[in-house]
Amino acid sequence: MRSSSEPEVTDAALTIEDLAVQLRSRGEVADILDGITLTVPRGSVTGVVGESGCGKSTLLRAILGILPGRATTPRGRILFEGRDILPARAAKPHGRIGFVPQDPYLSLNPVFRAGDQILEIMRRHAPGTRAEHRVKLVELFRAVQLPDPEAALHKYPHQFSGGQRQRLLIAAALCCDPALIVADEPTTALDVTTQREILGLLRELVRARGLSMLFVTHDFGVLASLCDEVSVLYAGRVAESGPTRAVLDTPTHPYTRMLLSCHPDRAVELLGIPGAVPPATAQPAGCRFHPRCPVAQPDCRSEVPPLLPWPGGRAVACPHTARMEAHALA
Amino acid sequence: MALYILRRIALSIPALLGLILLTFVLSRVVPGDPAATLAGDAATPAQIAQIRAQYGLDRPILEQAVIHVRQVLSGDLGNSIFSGRPVAEEIWQRLPATLELTFVALFLATLFGIGLGLVAALDHNGPLDHLVRVVSVGGLAIASFWLAIMLQLQFSMEWNLLPLRGRLDVALGQVPRLTGFMLFDTLAAGRPDMFLDALRHLALPAFTLALPGLATIARFTRSGVLEVLQKDYVLYARAAGYGRFRLAAIYVLRNAVTVTVTQVGLLFGALVSGAVAVEAVFDWPGLGTYAVQAILSADYKALLAVTLVIGVVYAVVNVAVDVAQAVIDPRVADQ
Repeated sequence: MRSSSEPEVTDAALTIEDLAVQLRSRGEVADILDGITLTVPRGSVTGVVGESGCGKSTLLRAILGILPGRATTPRGRILFEGRDILPARAAKPHGRIGFVPQDPYLSLNPVFRAGDQILEIMRRHAPGTRAEHRVKLVELFRAVQLPDPEAALHKYPHQFSGGQRQRLLIAAALCCDPALIVADEPTTALDVTTQREILGLLRELVRARGLSMLFVTHDFGVLASLCDEVSVLYAGRVAESGPTRAVLDTPTHPYTRMLLSCHPDRAVELLGIPGAVPPATAQPAGCRFHPRCPVAQPDCRSEVPPLLPWPGGRAVACPHTARMEAHALA
Repeated sequence: MALYILRRIALSIPALLGLILLTFVLSRVVPGDPAATLAGDAATPAQIAQIRAQYGLDRPILEQAVIHVRQVLSGDLGNSIFSGRPVAEEIWQRLPATLELTFVALFLATLFGIGLGLVAALDHNGPLDHLVRVVSVGGLAIASFWLAIMLQLQFSMEWNLLPLRGRLDVALGQVPRLTGFMLFDTLAAGRPDMFLDALRHLALPAFTLALPGLATIARFTRSGVLEVLQKDYVLYARAAGYGRFRLAAIYVLRNAVTVTVTQVGLLFGALVSGAVAVEAVFDWPGLGTYAVQAILSADYKALLAVTLVIGVVYAVVNVAVDVAQAVIDPRVADQ
């Protein structure tokens, strides 16, 4: 048994090992995440991509230590800075992990000044006095290219545009000098032009500050432009993972293949695969994709396919990929 | 913000003018001949006619209405038909007593209502939540006059803990009237002993008056907090590592009380009308006892004036509520 007090030396900013989370809802138990294993290498951006309902949000909540009250005790480990931060009683890495939420319109409290909301995070989790925090925050506002950073400190959220609010939240994510940024589809609530600006800003900040980032999205275009590594999630399990270029160019898991083949331009919506993502309360046995898979074999109905190593630093959770090759040619 | 406040004040002016006219119309549709009442039982028809002419009751109704509005606007509320003294003066004597009682009741209702509502919401469906529900249903269901008498029986007669009636113990003497608010005047006169006595006199009537409002505020606060707890920004604040206490008592509550504050404004009207019964039971020398007296003696001048004064106080309180709301939620004034 590993002692949790003993830090483990690793070159990853974040390591998730065999994470499983279940939620109770009305007497039923929903399998939200099952056997999630992924790494965010230090100084790189790892994308998590999947359709809605695949467990992306729950994964983030597990990392941030805000799993809903109806979650059962999770299984597995989330290693951050040498500690397992998953257990409910573990000290949460507030400040060390910066969070960029999905909707900038809903994520700031409307009745408090935006600056004060961020200063409160710093008061609790960053060293220094309030005056020092203010100076630092204005610097950060400048770094995220917020217009008139001094005045921004005194404004309420509704006095900013959507894009500006997302810049505020990025500044908030950076305010305690985090080792890791976790971003939850931070551009989906914004219009296309603003999306591009925010992505450009994130890319620049990550490079300039040498940050590590876990970036959740359902948009392959965003994925390609921002992420070094990617994990494709399907129904709460990792279907495939590896360097983004390789996964996008030569998708291997039947699910990834179909996803990308229905959208050669890697556009936003992930439709075009027959059937639907199964409800989390009624996951099929065996491989969770088998009811929709064109090359499903009898063993797919009973055996859970392990995540197998693949050449080029990749991993694929399907033992029948060769059949997919034949299917694609036919 | 200043513009917003001015606009709110301007909006209450037509309402007050309407109120002045309404009180006039009301005074003409209620049964009972004030001239006959004033003249007494043994008066001859000639005497009644003379009194009618003296008070202008024989003039055309529209002319009376215009005169009424003009007089009210100049601060002249007429003379009491019962006592013959200026009504404005009599009301001025009694208004502070009622305001003191209602403000203390409002303070208690708001403070404990918000506190209980918050506790209930944070213990959603837990034992504290159920306890608060029982208290609030009870608070709304119990009749004030009955509660008042029960409290008197227990606290004053049985345990002899709190005074039975009045605002101040006469044995302690008197203080010069500065504002008419006992809590203020006793302190201004340098008499902390009388201040405590005034507080003791306030306790039972203020609690009686506060209970229904407390129940209402607790319920609104509870549902407000429960709603806010579901918001994305609360989840975000938890993810960012806000402290538990700060999150609940400040971050969530400030959003939740925007609805509650509106209720406080509406509640004030209920408090003033509730004060009539409570004042009667506790022999509180305020506007309520004055109004009861005026009703019994068909003193319509006094009644109109009481209605009007309550209306003005209500309008002022509601402007204050609007301002409070704009302070709590900056979006309100920017709209």
